[in-house]
Amino acid sequence: MPAVAETLDTVQSVTEGTYKWGFETEIEMDFAPKGLNEDTVRFISAEKKEPEWLLEWRLKAFATWQKMQEPRWPAVKYPPIDYQDAYYYAAPKKKDGPKSLDEVDPELLKTYAKLGIPLKEQAILAGVEGAGDSPSEGGRMPIAVDAVFDSVSVATSYKERLAKDGIIFCAISEAVQEHPELVKQYLGTVVPPGDNFYAALNSAVFTDGSFVYIPKGVRCPMELSTYFRINAKSTGQFERTLIIADEGAIVSYLEGCTAPMRDENQLHAAVVELVALDDAQIKYSTVQNWYPGDAEGRGGIYNFVTKRAQCRGKRSKVSWTQVETGSAITWKYPSCVLLGDDSVGEFYSVAITNNHQQADTGTKMIHVGKRTTSTIVSKGISAGKGQNTYRGLVRVAPTASGARNFTQCDSLLIGDQCGAHTVPYIENRNMSAKVEHEATTSRIAEDQLFYCRQRGLSEEDAVGLIVNGFCREVLKELPMEFAVEAQKLLQISLEGSVG
Amino acid sequence: MLRIEGLTAEVEGKPILKGIDLEVPAGEVHAIMGPNGSGKSTLSYVLAGREGYEVTGGSATLNGVDLLGMEPEERAAAGVFLAFQYPVELPGVGNANFLRTALNAIRRGKGESELDAMQFLKLARARLKELQMSEDMLKRGVNVGFSGGEKKRNEVLQMALLRPSLAILDETDSGLDIDALKIVADGVNALRAPDFSALVITHYQRLLDYIVPDKVHVLMQGRIVQTGGPELAKQLEASGYASVQAAA
Ligand SMILES: Nc1ncnc2c1ncn2[C@@H]1O[C@H](COP(=O)(O)OP(=O)(O)O)[C@@H](O)[C@H]1O
Ligand SMILES: [Mg+2]
Repeated sequence: MPAVAETLDTVQSVTEGTYKWGFETEIEMDFAPKGLNEDTVRFISAEKKEPEWLLEWRLKAFATWQKMQEPRWPAVKYPPIDYQDAYYYAAPKKKDGPKSLDEVDPELLKTYAKLGIPLKEQAILAGVEGAGDSPSEGGRMPIAVDAVFDSVSVATSYKERLAKDGIIFCAISEAVQEHPELVKQYLGTVVPPGDNFYAALNSAVFTDGSFVYIPKGVRCPMELSTYFRINAKSTGQFERTLIIADEGAIVSYLEGCTAPMRDENQLHAAVVELVALDDAQIKYSTVQNWYPGDAEGRGGIYNFVTKRAQCRGKRSKVSWTQVETGSAITWKYPSCVLLGDDSVGEFYSVAITNNHQQADTGTKMIHVGKRTTSTIVSKGISAGKGQNTYRGLVRVAPTASGARNFTQCDSLLIGDQCGAHTVPYIENRNMSAKVEHEATTSRIAEDQLFYCRQRGLSEEDAVGLIVNGFCREVLKELPMEFAVEAQKLLQISLEGSVG
Repeated sequence: MLRIEGLTAEVEGKPILKGIDLEVPAGEVHAIMGPNGSGKSTLSYVLAGREGYEVTGGSATLNGVDLLGMEPEERAAAGVFLAFQYPVELPGVGNANFLRTALNAIRRGKGESELDAMQFLKLARARLKELQMSEDMLKRGVNVGFSGGEKKRNEVLQMALLRPSLAILDETDSGLDIDALKIVADGVNALRAPDFSALVITHYQRLLDYIVPDKVHVLMQGRIVQTGGPELAKQLEASGYASVQAAA
């Protein structure tokens, strides 16, 4: 059965009351009509009042997508997705939002509470009306937040403070209106619309996402952060993020994701493009906690994401750090194309699969410039019936004299029904380049658990502690506040994995 | 007080403990000696609740509380501490983090308030000083890259922080030079109190020069075959276990 078909009837019954068919009455709409064709693309573009060039860009991408096949090479299994059987645009009506935390799904709040997210932020995350209007402070280092709910960016905080430094941080739909020249110059230059099946789909129907531009020589004074959240049923989320660090600019960006529990599978196909010019540095951290499905494997997000960075400038640096605990299926390879001489790419990853989760994730490091260096540290943790694949490509072009890569891939198994797989591809076309790969697989040993429990730790706390130790090299790359969040998340994700 | 009666246990279907009777009154320190393979570590694991060490009969109570029905962490909260013969490495887990997590878990179990990072650090520094251990110890991974002696001292540090009511030290002296041995002994002696008891498992008499036991028990082939005062340890040192066996 098509993955999304099951619950569409339910959704229809929910939406039919307020939903008016037809393209003409667009203002009233919450959803674009079900299905995907040129009209859907036009609808989205019109809804966002986009300029003609962007509509053309989308339509071209759509035409490309129609000729493409879904990739079958990842080591993940799922029923065929019926792309005509989903909604591609969902703008939550204001009146539909919860009025206070009391109206929010208590399960969701419980999760936030476990994560230690302050109430104020919980309210923002849960889409409580008005909660995002004023940024929360409370003595901590401010974090500028853009929150994307389903298809629409709803809150961008600290905008004015950032504008003082000439920094642009806004929804990409807003950037299209306010800074069209920048968007036009960079959109699709790192991930071309025809790059792969999901990127093409995203290019055709992307609805929102964040846009960041850091001008020459500016070090962004605060963490920039986006929370993505899928609220509506049976909608895909196709956000698009574009970050440009001009010469000498430095920025750290964090992306957090959540979704409510539902017994259907929802598609999340994002594209993230990063551009680093001479001497620029971008640190992009992700804490991905999409709903993973229940213990029997029902529901959960399909997370099919294309993330790529171009280190265009000399001595530029991009660092990807990801903690992937959620999603039913993760298909994701944040990559660095190292064009500038002496540019640096890094990838630090923790991926957890528990219950029936599947993850096929890794990175690509493409060395083109001279003396380019890359570091890959991947920590895969499998529990329950989870399947975890690291897939990494290190390619050294003939031009990349003196290039260096170091890859370390460690897998940790909890229980005996899970699996870990490592698939490294190395293509070295330059004799002076040095590529190193190390891999280990281990289990949480009984004596480690007993040692911890003898010291008073519960079995779950013991597993959490050992797993966090295993991931330390990656977690220490995260900004402080998020490292704490990520540690708790790791533990929550593994609840019930032992005993 | 620890009271063990008729305790039998097996590992992988093989009987190891064959009826142990032992009482360690509160405030006393008892030594258990015996040749390799006699079941000393097995006894300590059974008391601490390790998986795979199957109790087939008898009882063990601490201050009247049945130990054998509890999970390992519940026994820890009830005051049982085991200094491991082979301390376990936890890669990437900071020693300070581990110690604080353990201490707070035990404090929670006792209904006491948890210590924050600063309070903990103050306490840990004081104990480190007493044990003549470097503060570096806190920053490193739990037992990772520790020398044999450092591992044993780390066990004693944990014991000093957790302040158990029953400490079982499983060959904590083996592999220690004489200075380290004295430090370990000082650590145990510092805990001596009317509500503290200890089982000191050792091969060698020399530890007992520094931790003078109230009683010495000889364990052989899963049974306690002889019990005496501190002089029994000296006698064993001189004439070996064979003499005990002959006498038993
Ligand atoms: N995990 C185990 N698996 C199999 N046999 C074991 C295990 N632990 C202990 N034994 C056996 O139990 C007996 C007692 O061992 P142990 O308690 O370690 O003795 P001791 O500490 O006195 O040297 C030995 O014969 C040993 O081989
Ligand atoms: Mg032993």
